Amino acid sequence: MADSLPTEFDVVIIGTGLPESILAAACSRSGQRVLHLDSRSYYGGNWASFSFSGLLSWLKEHQQNGDSAEESTASWQGLVHETEEAIALRKKDETIEHIEVFCYASQDMDDNIEEISALQKNPSSVTSKPLDSVCLSEETNSLHVTSSETPAKDTPKSDEEISLEVTDVEDILAEEKYCGDKTCINTASGGDKDENKPIEEDNTDQPKRNRITYSQIVKEGRRFNIDLVSKLLYSQGLLIDLLIKSNVSRYAEFKNVTRILAFREGKVEQVPCSRADVFNSKELTMVEKRILMKFLTFCLDYEQHPDQYQAFVHCSFSDYLKTKKLTPNLQHFVLHSIAMTESSCTTIDGLKATKNFLRCLGRFGNTPFLFPLYGQGEIPQCFCRMCAVFGGIYCLRHKVQCLIVDKESGRCKAIIDHLDQRINAKYFIVEDSYLSEETCSNVQYKQISRAVLITDQSILKKADSDQQISILIVPPMESGTCAVRVTELCSSTMTCMKDTYLVHLTCSSSKTAREDLESVVKKLFTPYTETEIDKEELTKPRLLWALYFNMRDSSGISRSSYNGLPSNVYVCSGPDCGLGNEHAVKQAETLFQEIFPNEDFCPPPPNPEDIIFDGDDKQPEALGTNNKIMAKPDSSEENKNPESPENHLQD
Amino acid sequence: MHGRLKVKTSEEQAEAKRLEREQKLKLYQSATQTVFQKRQAGELDESVLELTSQILGANPDFATLWNCRREVLQRLEAQKSPEELAALVKTELGFLESCLRVNPKSYGTWHHRCWLLGRLPEPNWARELELCARFLEVDERNFHCWDYRRFVAAQAAVPPAEELAFTDSLITRNFSNYSSWHYRSCLLPQLHPQPDSGPQGRLPEDVLLKELELVQNAFFTDPNDQSAWFYHRWLLGRADPQDALRCLHVSRDEACLTVSFSRPVLVGPRTETLLLMVDESPLAVEWRTPDGRNWPGHVWLCDLPATSLNDQLPHHTFRVIWTAGDAQKECVLLKGHQEGWCRDSATDEQLFRCELSVEKSTVLQSELESCKELQELEPENKWCLLTIILLMRALDPLLYEKETLQYFQTLKAVDPMRAAYLDDLRSKFLLENSLLKMEYAEVRVLHLGHKDLTVLCHLEQLLLVTHLDLSHNRLRALPPALAALRCLEVLQANDNAIESLDGVTNLPRLQELSLCNNRLQQPMVLQPLASCPRLVLLNLQGNPLCQAVGTSEYLTELLPLVNSILV
Repeated sequence: MADSLPTEFDVVIIGTGLPESILAAACSRSGQRVLHLDSRSYYGGNWASFSFSGLLSWLKEHQQNGDSAEESTASWQGLVHETEEAIALRKKDETIEHIEVFCYASQDMDDNIEEISALQKNPSSVTSKPLDSVCLSEETNSLHVTSSETPAKDTPKSDEEISLEVTDVEDILAEEKYCGDKTCINTASGGDKDENKPIEEDNTDQPKRNRITYSQIVKEGRRFNIDLVSKLLYSQGLLIDLLIKSNVSRYAEFKNVTRILAFREGKVEQVPCSRADVFNSKELTMVEKRILMKFLTFCLDYEQHPDQYQAFVHCSFSDYLKTKKLTPNLQHFVLHSIAMTESSCTTIDGLKATKNFLRCLGRFGNTPFLFPLYGQGEIPQCFCRMCAVFGGIYCLRHKVQCLIVDKESGRCKAIIDHLDQRINAKYFIVEDSYLSEETCSNVQYKQISRAVLITDQSILKKADSDQQISILIVPPMESGTCAVRVTELCSSTMTCMKDTYLVHLTCSSSKTAREDLESVVKKLFTPYTETEIDKEELTKPRLLWALYFNMRDSSGISRSSYNGLPSNVYVCSGPDCGLGNEHAVKQAETLFQEIFPNEDFCPPPPNPEDIIFDGDDKQPEALGTNNKIMAKPDSSEENKNPESPENHLQD
Repeated sequence: MHGRLKVKTSEEQAEAKRLEREQKLKLYQSATQTVFQKRQAGELDESVLELTSQILGANPDFATLWNCRREVLQRLEAQKSPEELAALVKTELGFLESCLRVNPKSYGTWHHRCWLLGRLPEPNWARELELCARFLEVDERNFHCWDYRRFVAAQAAVPPAEELAFTDSLITRNFSNYSSWHYRSCLLPQLHPQPDSGPQGRLPEDVLLKELELVQNAFFTDPNDQSAWFYHRWLLGRADPQDALRCLHVSRDEACLTVSFSRPVLVGPRTETLLLMVDESPLAVEWRTPDGRNWPGHVWLCDLPATSLNDQLPHHTFRVIWTAGDAQKECVLLKGHQEGWCRDSATDEQLFRCELSVEKSTVLQSELESCKELQELEPENKWCLLTIILLMRALDPLLYEKETLQYFQTLKAVDPMRAAYLDDLRSKFLLENSLLKMEYAEVRVLHLGHKDLTVLCHLEQLLLVTHLDLSHNRLRALPPALAALRCLEVLQANDNAIESLDGVTNLPRLQELSLCNNRLQQPMVLQPLASCPRLVLLNLQGNPLCQAVGTSEYLTELLPLVNSILV
């Protein structure tokens, strides 16, 4: 590969989140020369999924971010001509806050059992305890590839090969010591940590199969694909339509979400939502079945029956439901699990949401949702792949220092990267988190509260619960707070190791993530150490590991709130709080139409046999050989799946 | 134009497609031709297999070619070694599977597979069941595959319990599945055989209750799904009633013996054997139907020789033995009496409850409750209304008569498309009720006026009736079955919409016939009346034919002894 990038492009895209990746694919597909950059070492930005070790490294990076202000400011300033001015970009990612990690699984290590159990006993008083998870990550993978200054293109991949052999881990441990790690970004105190050495034999000696230790989790860390943002695909949603239309779907595999759950009177129960569910439900009486089916059938074409709701348009949806003869549990199911709305939402919005849910039923299975195997992080990568197939150029670990604006025209004409190289383009698409504080000084961000849990059992144990993907909405405990969305993934989604479940909690923030979500976690789960191992009868699943963090929600920000952006610089937002991906797709399409009003948005790729090859092209396979993929998607270590898109590309 | 794809235009595409199709058609036609030539020439070798597989691979519905293949395979069976044959069968099975993927509902392909499997010395049934499961996974309502599965399950002697579990799993997925419900109705009686004495095809109460719960779940979930209602009806139904002779009637005047059967039969030399014993000695007679048509009917009669009716003995006994039905009946004609009969003092159960069983009235009662509950939620559901009516019939037709009629009214309003069917059903039920009342009263006079009847049925039950009033109904015909009323003397059918009189034929005792205000158009329709020897009074007032020219002349000629009233 060449040492430096080409310097002329049509579109430069900074950030590899979902909207940016869709845009990259759309631009490249319509024949634009696309350069797609990300300062991180992985694809997806805040849409990424990580292996367990990858996540630990991500956590570490995010709390190191705080101190890394060493960057020299002005090396690039000499490169700006007199007729130009520069808009500096942000140097560090500040979208993640309030990281808190708790490990409940047995550490099985002689030298620090004391300390760890001490930590576990009072998980609520942790604000300033050492960030144990990071420190405990005996297996320091090399993902957090040292410095972003290393040009991606010459980085040999060998050091990314993560080895889980104990010896290797110890080697690495000998080299690296983490000091001064902090639990929370916003608290400055930290403590030194001892290294934790995993003792392999302890694992093999485990008598009980279902007793998962922390070192097992670490050892099986590759089995995890932990999403930073927890989303599902509505099977009639915009993203599915786009994936199918553009044929990007062939790069990914999906599983149907199998259960819609409800949390009512302290109990988790399954919500019958499809015809087959209602028929099979043992919980509903015959009459309830009829009433529920009748209501749902009505919702499917509620617009045709205005007489049924006209009188209630000014009521809340929950009040409206009370008039429909639905028993309290059915009201709960419809309001929280099917419409998934807050109690205060209007009748029309509730009916709309219910209809949307029902419309999605049956397309791919008995629930309206799909989950991508290997995690949500696959999706942006699939679009990147599409972009690369049509000639887009990719560079990870590639920082952009500033945008260069031509004073006269007021248009952005180039970027200067961290190698002080100037790259010219006509259009620039930048993800919100790359914009500097100055640019964003007027912007009011919302926050998303997230929790990631590793548990040992399903929240609703049934015979086949190890094959279930469930979604549960926990209604607000008190008024004024938000409903919490819980997604439970089983190991067959390729996102967690066998005999564990990966649980994602999401709500829009009112406080820190832990403050927002801990009460729900406590209702549904019990910490591992509080229960006797011998006790076979456990009512709640046990928590093995938990992570809380807040993520910035930059959706819904008007472009005019950003200061001084030239008209040919377009801004994409990070993940929003919603369940679906509609916002990202809509944004990508809107921006694409704005930039190229006459171009088709991600049209289906032509039939291979309809492609005409020019005489100078040697063979029909030329489509692939034209690609200049500089950094292949998937080269980072989050993706160890055998079914990675790369494999698909070959066929 | 960097990176831009050059793609063929749509005209180019269309042209390419057209050429391709032309090429395909040529190949198809030439292959078909070759096969037919070879078949004609008797060259049934492997090349025919190859050629037919090319065609059938694209179009598996070419039945002749499947026949061709069978001919080839049969011939090869004789020529090949067992190893070669095994290889051949393996390819054939694989080929069949690929054809099924082209069209999973191809009659020819499934049939060929049945044929092939039936010929194998050691067929792998487990593999076939697996195949069925796979195809039903794709389309759980593919009845071709269900058919094949039943064939395989029977051949492989799969325990009914396993097959029942299989239907369970498919019903769980989607209960709109006629095939699956039907299969249950075959499997359950196998799983729960009834003792010999009990009615066949019925289920023990606990099984019945479980099935009813399952099917109720289905129709409460989706009351518009027919498959569940059909199964419900099967569950509540009962086996065919036992064969029986309902009535025996001897008339001295007409020298005639009439028999009424519990089901339509065809009596003849090579069909149902009917044996007549007069005073305990067999008598050879010729059996015929009252209307003279030789087809299955409820009523058959024969002429008796004078010797069997003479007055020398104090009485004559007549015994009819129905060998096929394993039933017999006896009646006595006393000296000095004109007629003698023996009629079942049948209770209602045996007579009319063919659609629904009564064995478990508590079950029926609770079914009625839940249907009424459903009806409250779904006042316009026709299946629910109909089931309520049927349940009421089964429970107590007389007690529920009024309520039933109300439900009929509702049902007709919500299902106007089937108004005529419902009218007929209602007529049937009303007639049954009238007959039941008559049964209790032992009378020979029957008033069926003002009942809105649209159709006459169960006429074979009226063998002994002498006076019948059908006035003020909506009848459009007096049907052929009316000829069974051998004792009828007076028939009143005023104020109907009668257009034809086919049934007023061969009625030996009919004297008065009143047909005022009907729709008799042409004098020709009166033709059958000529076969009623005792008819003396005919009232035709208010019929269109009264205005027709030449009616009275026609009548004088046709019925010279009858006093006809036209105006």
